[in-house]
Amino acid sequence: MSRLLEVKNLAVSFKTYGGEVQAIRGVNFHLNKGETLAIVGESGSGKSVTSQTIMRLIPMPPGRIKSGEMLFDGIDLAKKTDKEMEAIRGKDIGMIFQDPMTSLNPTMKVGAQIGEVVIKHSKVSKAEAKKRAVELLTLVGIPFPEQRVNQYPHEFSGGMRQRVVIAMALASNPKLLIADEPTTALDVTIQAQILELMKDIQKKTDTSIIFITHDLGVVANVADRVAVMYAGQIVEMGTVDEVFYDPKHPYTWGLLASMPSLDNEAEEELAAIPGTPPDLTNPPKGDAFAARNPYAMKIDFEQEPPMFKISDTHYAKTWLLHPDAPKVAPPASVQRRLRKVDNVYSTPVLVAKDGE
Amino acid sequence: MQQIPKDMFEPASVDLSEAEKISRPSLSFWKDVRLRFRENKLAMFGVILLILIVFMAIFGPMMTKYDYATNDLVNANKPPSSEHWFGTDDLGRDVFTRTWEGARISLFIGLSAALIDLFIGVVWGSISGYRGGRTDEVMMRFADILYGVPYLLLVILLMVVFDQGLGTMIIAMTLTGWINMARIVRGQVMQLKNQEYVMASQTLGANTNRILFKHLIPNSMGQILVTMTLTIPSAIFTEAFLSYLGLGVPAPLASWGTMASDALPALEYYPWRLFFPATFICLTILAFNVVGDGLRDALDPKLRK
Amino acid sequence: MMVKYIGKRVIYMLLSLFLIVSATFLLMRAAPGGPFSGEKKLPPEIIANLNKFYGLDQPWYIQYVDYLKSVSTWDFGPSFKYKGQTVNDLISSGFPVSFMLGMEAILIALAIGVVLGVFSAMKHNKWQDYAAMVIAVLGISVPSFIMATLLQYTLAMKLDLFPVARWESWAHTVLPALALAATPMAFIARLTRSSMLEVLSNDYMRTAKAKGLSRGAIIIRHAIRNAMLPVVSYLGPLTAGILTGSFIIEKIFGIPGLGLHFVTSITNRDYTVIMGVTVFYSILLLASVLLVDILYGLIDPRIKLSGGKKGA
Repeated sequence: MSRLLEVKNLAVSFKTYGGEVQAIRGVNFHLNKGETLAIVGESGSGKSVTSQTIMRLIPMPPGRIKSGEMLFDGIDLAKKTDKEMEAIRGKDIGMIFQDPMTSLNPTMKVGAQIGEVVIKHSKVSKAEAKKRAVELLTLVGIPFPEQRVNQYPHEFSGGMRQRVVIAMALASNPKLLIADEPTTALDVTIQAQILELMKDIQKKTDTSIIFITHDLGVVANVADRVAVMYAGQIVEMGTVDEVFYDPKHPYTWGLLASMPSLDNEAEEELAAIPGTPPDLTNPPKGDAFAARNPYAMKIDFEQEPPMFKISDTHYAKTWLLHPDAPKVAPPASVQRRLRKVDNVYSTPVLVAKDGE
Repeated sequence: MQQIPKDMFEPASVDLSEAEKISRPSLSFWKDVRLRFRENKLAMFGVILLILIVFMAIFGPMMTKYDYATNDLVNANKPPSSEHWFGTDDLGRDVFTRTWEGARISLFIGLSAALIDLFIGVVWGSISGYRGGRTDEVMMRFADILYGVPYLLLVILLMVVFDQGLGTMIIAMTLTGWINMARIVRGQVMQLKNQEYVMASQTLGANTNRILFKHLIPNSMGQILVTMTLTIPSAIFTEAFLSYLGLGVPAPLASWGTMASDALPALEYYPWRLFFPATFICLTILAFNVVGDGLRDALDPKLRK
Repeated sequence: MMVKYIGKRVIYMLLSLFLIVSATFLLMRAAPGGPFSGEKKLPPEIIANLNKFYGLDQPWYIQYVDYLKSVSTWDFGPSFKYKGQTVNDLISSGFPVSFMLGMEAILIALAIGVVLGVFSAMKHNKWQDYAAMVIAVLGISVPSFIMATLLQYTLAMKLDLFPVARWESWAHTVLPALALAATPMAFIARLTRSSMLEVLSNDYMRTAKAKGLSRGAIIIRHAIRNAMLPVVSYLGPLTAGILTGSFIIEKIFGIPGLGLHFVTSITNRDYTVIMGVTVFYSILLLASVLLVDILYGLIDPRIKLSGGKKGA
């Protein structure tokens, strides 16, 4: 399995009136060719900032990459100039944004908006670009593509519009597709259709996908691997099976416990994680999740936990995996889901450099 | 692995209610608006300017021993001096005194026109917006057709036919001037009437008047204020415009407009006669515009930091 | 759809026009010393013309209908003050001049205003933005006639860079066009700027960047195209402003346009000319507002001209 993308030690901050907001505080992950990585987290966790940083879409003031590398096919995107990025955006990396109602230019025909990408990156004629646009509309399942290619965004429904956005992102056969909450703004039934579409396209084109969402149900549906983000860091990462059936971080437990499920006992209250994420202008000392963590220990308020490796592919950033930590049991609803996962180490291994 | 004392792994006492604390102090709506307005340097400059102008309008004429109407032909057309701070005009009248008398008239016109527009506009707009349906349609159609009548042309016509006077001018200006305010109030009311506190009020049995006066109009105050602040300079402009056409207030009353217009033919020789009223017209309009802009920005929720 | 919309607007236009014509008629009757009043201190030829046109011996309702009829056939009647001249004569001699002046002013206002506004928005919150906006605020605060006087005094009289008055060459058109264009230009600059700022903050700008488009392509094809919509809407009030502004500008610069004739007729209390020109101007203004709305409907694909918005 070769690696398409490697993010090492990424730190991104924003200078604001209130101070320096450390949106991403040391993030490490990789993406293999042909796989789908889901990044999960609540609002403010840094998941969108991460994806937009990869594309270098964050305005650089007030944003700033404080440290780290983003190796895309071996090339560090963090060092590229804006002009150099123009050749990569839309061509090697495509992006789908959250709200289809606002991400399309209302005064430009849909075919032209798709065609733009093609013309920019492969110097074909307008007629050729239009043909390609029709092909793409067909690929994403829009009926009567020859007519619809001449229509404007407001003539499409929400789900259709998102398909157009997907078509636009795929126009130049990118190696990587970043989908930033593509289904959040859509009805549940449309959501399912879009997810099916994306899986289908991935099978056909072997694109690698980073899928950002706050919805664990979606993760289970589309992802091969998951990274859970909290307060600008990845707190747990592993295959879908590992994270769902053998989660190790209290935050992950909280997320899983707050998913309503038909298995829950009748009188059981739906567990919610109390409180709100911390203010990243002043990240708390120690573990950022400690203040909301019912399993917190004294050390969680003093020192930031290191990353522990639980299997070749499973990592978690919590003091609970330290040999001196007490054995705790996750909440009941999570326990019910626990299953045996293969290839777990007998003892967790402390990772010197995060992520490897 | 570093050595960590074993007691660090004991559970910590976590007060989960701490997590729900709100960290930013909350501000009332108008306090927030005031704060944001004060930060706008240009707008504050406008406020100071306005205070100065109003002050001078009230006390200016009293500062000299001259009054605005007395002729003194011997001293006609004298440039500014220690005797006459702004010089004299073609009939020997003191320009300084006349400028501030003129300020009273111009400001009076501006304010009256804006207030009348306000009353008619607010009543019309709020009824139309609140009632909705047929009433709204009819009321707005009427306003639309009336709006189609070109404002200045109508004013000119009226001033030509009826005797020129302060009253006529103000009536002429407000005949179609209220429509803009009405539209804005209607827009606000339509937006607000669907909010839940209105429904709550209705459920408690409040009648239309109460809902309008206690809820809808006070919550539209922001937009109403902004519109009013921007109507005044428009009225001052119209007054000056009419004066230039010879349709201003009759002599010996002086408004800035008539003073400027009278000074035109002799501009090359006695420039101060135009300079002072013209400058104050511009400064007053500028001040109101800048304050109006500042208010509008301070009220805009999208600009909140 | 389009036809239905135009039809509806034309009807409103006619209603407004009807109001104006009736209002002018009523006012004429009420005017002391006007063509309908008893005093006949006028030369006999004029009285004869007035009688013929207005049927002054007829009951008022017949006069009214007659007047409506003649207006709808584009006959505005004889001048009240000048023997042998009709209002139509004055319009045909004066309007072409005013039209040229107006067009020049509109072009200047649009060209400079839009450029200034876009530039300001691109340099948002930097000194260029503040400087441009302060200038714009001054522009809308200085009435056009004061600006005209200022320009005339400094550039023409004192510095002798341009002719002071009259309408004889291109050089003669510069100062009056500038004076007319100043306030609208400032307004357009502010409008363009706020529109651009709003557009730049929209999600589709981010999408455009994510597609790898160059900065220039993004600004022109995505930003400016959308930002121009409110400016197009403004063209209606712009025309009205230029039109009324021309009255005083032509007077100050001695330009023999329709505005000057209008102002002279006001001073002379030449009622028929005042009425006729008022109606003419009203038709112009209403027609231009209608044209602008149609233009806007053609440019913004979201507007369905029968009144609602398209699609879901």
